[in-house]
Amino acid sequence: MRYHEGKQTIGNERNSIETGGMMEQARLIVTPGGNGLLFQLSGSWMLQGGVPDIDEALQRLRAAGVVKLVTFDCAAVSGWDSGLLTWLLALAEYCKEHGIRVDSSGLPAGVDRLLALARAVPARKGAQRTEGKRSLLSDVGNDAIDALRITGEFMDFFGETILALLKMLRGRAVYRRSDLWQIMQDAGVRALPIVSLVSFLVGLILAYVGSIQLQNFGAGIYVADLVGIAMIREMAAIMTGIIMAGRTGASYAAELGSMNVNEEIDAFQTCGFSPMEFLVLPRMLALMLMMPLLAVYADLMGILGGAVVAVAVLDLTWLEYFIQLTKAVSLADFFVGICMAVVFGNIVAVIGCLNGIRCGRNSQAVGMATTSAVVSAIVMIVIASAVLTVIFDVLGI
Amino acid sequence: MEPPADAHITVRNLTMAYGDFIIQRDLNFTINRGDIFIIMGGSGCGKSTLMRHLVGLKAPRAGQVLYGGESYWDSDPAQQHHLKRRFGVMYQSGALWSSMTLAENIALLLEQYTDLGPEQIRRVATLKLALVGLRGFEDFYPAEISGGMQKRAGIARAMALDPEILFFDEPSAGLDPISAKNLDDLILELRESLGTTMVIVTHELASIFAIGSNSVFLDPETKTMITTGNPHTLLKECGNPKVRAFLTRGAA
Repeated sequence: MRYHEGKQTIGNERNSIETGGMMEQARLIVTPGGNGLLFQLSGSWMLQGGVPDIDEALQRLRAAGVVKLVTFDCAAVSGWDSGLLTWLLALAEYCKEHGIRVDSSGLPAGVDRLLALARAVPARKGAQRTEGKRSLLSDVGNDAIDALRITGEFMDFFGETILALLKMLRGRAVYRRSDLWQIMQDAGVRALPIVSLVSFLVGLILAYVGSIQLQNFGAGIYVADLVGIAMIREMAAIMTGIIMAGRTGASYAAELGSMNVNEEIDAFQTCGFSPMEFLVLPRMLALMLMMPLLAVYADLMGILGGAVVAVAVLDLTWLEYFIQLTKAVSLADFFVGICMAVVFGNIVAVIGCLNGIRCGRNSQAVGMATTSAVVSAIVMIVIASAVLTVIFDVLGI
Repeated sequence: MEPPADAHITVRNLTMAYGDFIIQRDLNFTINRGDIFIIMGGSGCGKSTLMRHLVGLKAPRAGQVLYGGESYWDSDPAQQHHLKRRFGVMYQSGALWSSMTLAENIALLLEQYTDLGPEQIRRVATLKLALVGLRGFEDFYPAEISGGMQKRAGIARAMALDPEILFFDEPSAGLDPISAKNLDDLILELRESLGTTMVIVTHELASIFAIGSNSVFLDPETKTMITTGNPHTLLKECGNPKVRAFLTRGAA
């Protein structure tokens, strides 16, 4: 209770300083005179201290009946800023709508001119964006139309990349070989550390989770089958795909996006270079070549991770693990994994480049393009892997 | 109707639009060989958009753009590609390819469109950079030089293949008065020595009067062109208050 009282005193003290001391409270007195109203302003009309509500003044105007003229007396105003201006602007707008003349001679010097400046250009019609209330139905409809449009764009773009690829096979596509090497290096060798770490740990986790179950049946040796098949058929490609989506797909979207902002892509077009051949093709090629290699590397790292668990937890020897592994894994499994890696590489490159090239011309759009590239690439990788798994299952591979 | 013999670019009944939003309609004007042609008008009237139509980046809603006698948008892609080689474009920010050095920016075009060997290409690139006052900057990347230098390098790249027509998007925007003046002098000099037709988007009055020999004035409110002709003549003779106000900074 005492504490509460104390707090209140402090609050009061501060209040009294603000109103009585440095800053005098803004006050408004309205007096009728002739066929008009006189607004007597006093104190500090600043945003900081707060100005009287405009509705109060408008209410007085309305209550006064027929008013033809509004005059001001600002002799007692100690200071003003935008607070006074916004208040006056609202009052002036109201007076204009109701045919009331405003005599601004009583206003502080400068206010009149600023007011005139603010009202010099009438508000542009239709420029103010007010979003109408939308229903759930129209939202769903708009989203569906958007989804269709985006799918169409993706199909267009994918078709163009195929055309560019065919043109390259006929040796007629225009791109820089040195760019291709650079991009391949970026997407390949430079990705090795993170691919090593992630796939080693994925192999380790798979083996560890599996070993707990398998040990119950005394079948610990089958951990080699589990890790080998899972890594080689699916996990290596998926994990590498997701890493590349976050690492390389995002960088493609951001790079091409900022090139678009900087008109560099326009410059390619007017110089007669097709951005599709010059920018997208090398990136797509690089990822389609590098992804399978990375996936093979990830296979090895995953198997190694599994081996560590097999040796440390299950007391197998290295040799036992590898012999069991070679018995379990077939060449077909390896082929499935490679096939997935090529598809995922293509998905990451195409989606990254598409988002970059279709990017808007501001910095926010580059950020959105990057986000969208990563998210849609990961979604597409998961969907594609499901579809491919079903296809391979039906084919019996 | 055949365009006049010395007409380099003819614009006929051009209507430009983004989606449903019309930018400008019914544009008709002719750019003659050797003209320094100014596209002028207030902010937001579609000057840069008009340039994008002229250089083949954006297809018109209606109408034609003719180079010599050939309509760009009615040509097949191979023909368009051929027409594109006849002009160079300097973009507002320079739009140099940021992953290449200045010399490589120029060399890329020469490698693609000429049979020159690497040594000769290097020499041509050095010459083009020297012409715009950037000698010794061959191995700099665009990010390492100032905005004004990037613009000049952009001009050097636009000139790489000795085009018949050079387009400039706001060449002096963001430059100090001296650099802007030097750029104007450079444009004049290039026109004198090479006879290149220049098309310049600008609203810098000083430039307009210093170098312009022909112009078109776009109006954002009526969404069409008001007039076309030599800026000096327009100043003297054009009765339209909007054009007069623009050319005199609102003084008349």
